[in-house]
Amino acid sequence: MSLYRDTGVVLRLHKLGEADRIVTMLSRRHGKVRAVAKGVRRTTSRFGARLEPFNHVDTQFYTGRTLDVITQVETIDAFALPIVGDYQRYTSAVAITETADRLTAEEGEPALKLYLLVVGALRALADGQRDSSLVLDAFFLRAMAFAGWEPAITECARCGEPGPHHAFNVQAGGSLCGRCRTPGSVHPAPEVLVLLAALLHGDWPVAEGSLAGARRDASGLVAAHLQWHLERQLRSLPFVERRAREAPITGALGSDAMSGDTEVTGAAQGTRGSGVTEGVPGGPGA
Amino acid sequence: MYEGVVQDLIDELGRLPGIGPKSAQRIAFHLLATDPVDIGRLQDVLGKVKEGVRFCDVCGNVSEEEQCRICRDLRRDPALICVVEEPKDVLAVERTREFRGRYHVLGGALDPLSGIGPDQLRIKDLLSRIGAEEVTEVIIATDPNTEGEATATYLVRMLRDFPGLTVTRLASGLPMGGDLEFADELTLGRALSGRRAL
Repeated sequence: MSLYRDTGVVLRLHKLGEADRIVTMLSRRHGKVRAVAKGVRRTTSRFGARLEPFNHVDTQFYTGRTLDVITQVETIDAFALPIVGDYQRYTSAVAITETADRLTAEEGEPALKLYLLVVGALRALADGQRDSSLVLDAFFLRAMAFAGWEPAITECARCGEPGPHHAFNVQAGGSLCGRCRTPGSVHPAPEVLVLLAALLHGDWPVAEGSLAGARRDASGLVAAHLQWHLERQLRSLPFVERRAREAPITGALGSDAMSGDTEVTGAAQGTRGSGVTEGVPGGPGA
Repeated sequence: MYEGVVQDLIDELGRLPGIGPKSAQRIAFHLLATDPVDIGRLQDVLGKVKEGVRFCDVCGNVSEEEQCRICRDLRRDPALICVVEEPKDVLAVERTREFRGRYHVLGGALDPLSGIGPDQLRIKDLLSRIGAEEVTEVIIATDPNTEGEATATYLVRMLRDFPGLTVTRLASGLPMGGDLEFADELTLGRALSGRRAL
């Protein structure tokens, strides 16, 4: 029997048989691991609630023939408790774990950067200090950067000419200069590109000072960009609540003012088919 | 592989939850050796279960009529509603013999990964029911897991604006017969925050 130990974040659970579960975990050294937690659904299980989604745990496995089996678990960070206490944070956390699951197609292939990013994002959601919508978009942008799909924000995606540029095209990979601009590009307000750059590079004072309209448009672009590259829609994304914590006075685009507590659920989020059309996430043109 | 209908029976039984190929084979041969009267009774029940069983118009529990037995029972307290995820949870609460109110079955829990959001559950029915009936307390009895807790959080947000309505959640804590040192942080934390005076 070969034992190994690793720390990881629980991404999702599947029921197995009467009282077992298959736990999908993103681990520090072994990348994505799928393992069986025997008897975990029983109220007397020694695992208790440690193997609930979003929890950061130290786990011992033994290598099975098809799936590994979890033998011991200790909690490092119980992120699940504070996250499920707030529905907005919960939907954001589900989108984070689903994205991490999608981005790690191969089991057993280490993905240390993504692991650290997921832990950081869940910690930020659990702390509740930052707007969960901003945390989610920052996670999406940085996860895409690790996957090699970082959107070009401050330079032209085609020719590399330094920007900022007015056009943005998801298929092209981000901002486009006047010469490279293609039909179907959107024209986000300059504040939207500033916000995207701040989220990508972790400039939180700038990100948190952004207006609600800029956040909404940035979320649309990020969602469209992510789903274009994933080639499939994220199932959890239509359920993510986008409710800006701050109450900025007007939207970034001026004319379509949006109050801070307006709720925008998935319908406003771009998909591969619709998010790249003129004006959908970007509002009025250039 | 067996011939014809025996293999078909094994295949059909094997599609049921928790029944593997060996169990399916064992059940199939048990049925072959069973008295035809018993088989006839099983056939009757299987035929009726899809045609005769429906969901209660009021609470969403399984029922044979428009309203289930509990919603028809005038002795049950209409001011108390216990919200559960599935019909099997109604049975679990009923077995305690502690609850004399009525139920509301949501039909699942919020689970964005499976495409289940508020609109896929019977949450609107619950809100209109509370608005129309003289309800004073809603007990949220969703499962004590991540999806169940998120559903409870969402319901609390939807219900807190009803005047005079008390919203409660089933207590959670340490199971009887366990050791404290093996309790996980989440459960122990809940047990501490929900401690009671003796």
